[in-house]
Amino acid sequence: MNSTVSAPAQSAAEAALQVGLRWGLLMSQAQGGDAPAYRRLLIELAPYLRAIARRYHRDPRDVEDSVQDVLLTLHVVRHTYDPARPFKPWLVTLARRRIADRLRTQWRTCAREAQLNESQYETFAEERTNPSEEPPEERLLQSAIEQLPAAQRQAVRLLKMQEMSLQEAAQISGQSVSSLKVATHRAMKSLRRLLAADRSEP
Amino acid sequence: MIPTEDLINQLAEGVQPVRRLRPPLVRASQWLLGVLLVAGAVILATGAVQRFAERSLTPGFDAEWAATVLTGICAVLAAFQLSLPDRSRHWLWLPLPPLLVWLGASGFGCYRSWLVEGADRSLQLGESAHCFLFILAVSVPLAIALTVPLRRSRPLEPRPVLWCAGLGVAALSAAILQFFHPFNITVMDLAVHLVAIALVVLLVGGLGRKALRRPAGLASHPG
Repeated sequence: MNSTVSAPAQSAAEAALQVGLRWGLLMSQAQGGDAPAYRRLLIELAPYLRAIARRYHRDPRDVEDSVQDVLLTLHVVRHTYDPARPFKPWLVTLARRRIADRLRTQWRTCAREAQLNESQYETFAEERTNPSEEPPEERLLQSAIEQLPAAQRQAVRLLKMQEMSLQEAAQISGQSVSSLKVATHRAMKSLRRLLAADRSEP
Repeated sequence: MIPTEDLINQLAEGVQPVRRLRPPLVRASQWLLGVLLVAGAVILATGAVQRFAERSLTPGFDAEWAATVLTGICAVLAAFQLSLPDRSRHWLWLPLPPLLVWLGASGFGCYRSWLVEGADRSLQLGESAHCFLFILAVSVPLAIALTVPLRRSRPLEPRPVLWCAGLGVAALSAAILQFFHPFNITVMDLAVHLVAIALVVLLVGGLGRKALRRPAGLASHPG
């Protein structure tokens, strides 16, 4: 048995330890409400979580969904991290449980649904009739959302595009449930106006 | 489905300071202390200590009661530990040894009362219905009081947390019951206690999931 660890392996282990310590520190700053530290932490975590998710999913969309799922869950339970303890085990358990949840839901759905391939559900088989870019309506909607004030934009994205509940959206945005309702209502009104204006233009 | 970078920006923009949870041992101790204070006050006020002292002369009673209390303490501690993502799942086994001692000791007590008092007396329903209601009536407020701190942990896997919480609450209720149980336990009593405890564990395990506010997952991408 070789009891000595080779130099590169040792330095890799040290680097991993350093990363874990840095993430733990950033997380404890984020718990205090430090937005730049939190953003840096999440940006650094995304590729690490993607690597974990790739072990469980083949579809890249599932991988990205899982990463976002884990990030949202981490946001909701961030008060349960104890800075006195290592960060990575906390993160990895959280990620594995969330990914397992998604797999379970998928298996349940798969049991009820049949997969269609691309040509089966297209109205016309010709490539020309099914342009692969986003349809113009979607682009118009996206640009209209971009024009909204920040609070309304966030409300629309969380509640309408990501289909979160009011409670979850309130947790994430830091807005109250009632102000989210007001913001969504106003956003819908302005979107209707913006899109109507777009349509009336040639 | 929005790009992950946008999600990160949204999360970071809206980040609010949060109050960290204290270590689970501290939280469990605080909760148990609260129960001790309330139950202690009620027991002292009703003069139940006298009855308890008389009963504690019965051989084997002390060990049985200590095992009941220990089961409650261990199960509550395990529930707090299991509610956090980075604690071992093996905490689930912590209440098992005292639970076995408790069941063994009450079984022994029944056997003894069977020998002393005979089968006829032992199998009467008698006061057992009262015990059943007592365990349920004490368990309900305790279960509600335990759900409040456990909710704060937002457990990702609520089921083991709830099993332990249910067992803890039922064991503590059974321990408190001993102050108001002026006679030795009979076979029927034991059976009734076990049914009541099992019912509490099942109720808490089955009904508590909504109460623990498990963080919801994102909807799957369409298609």
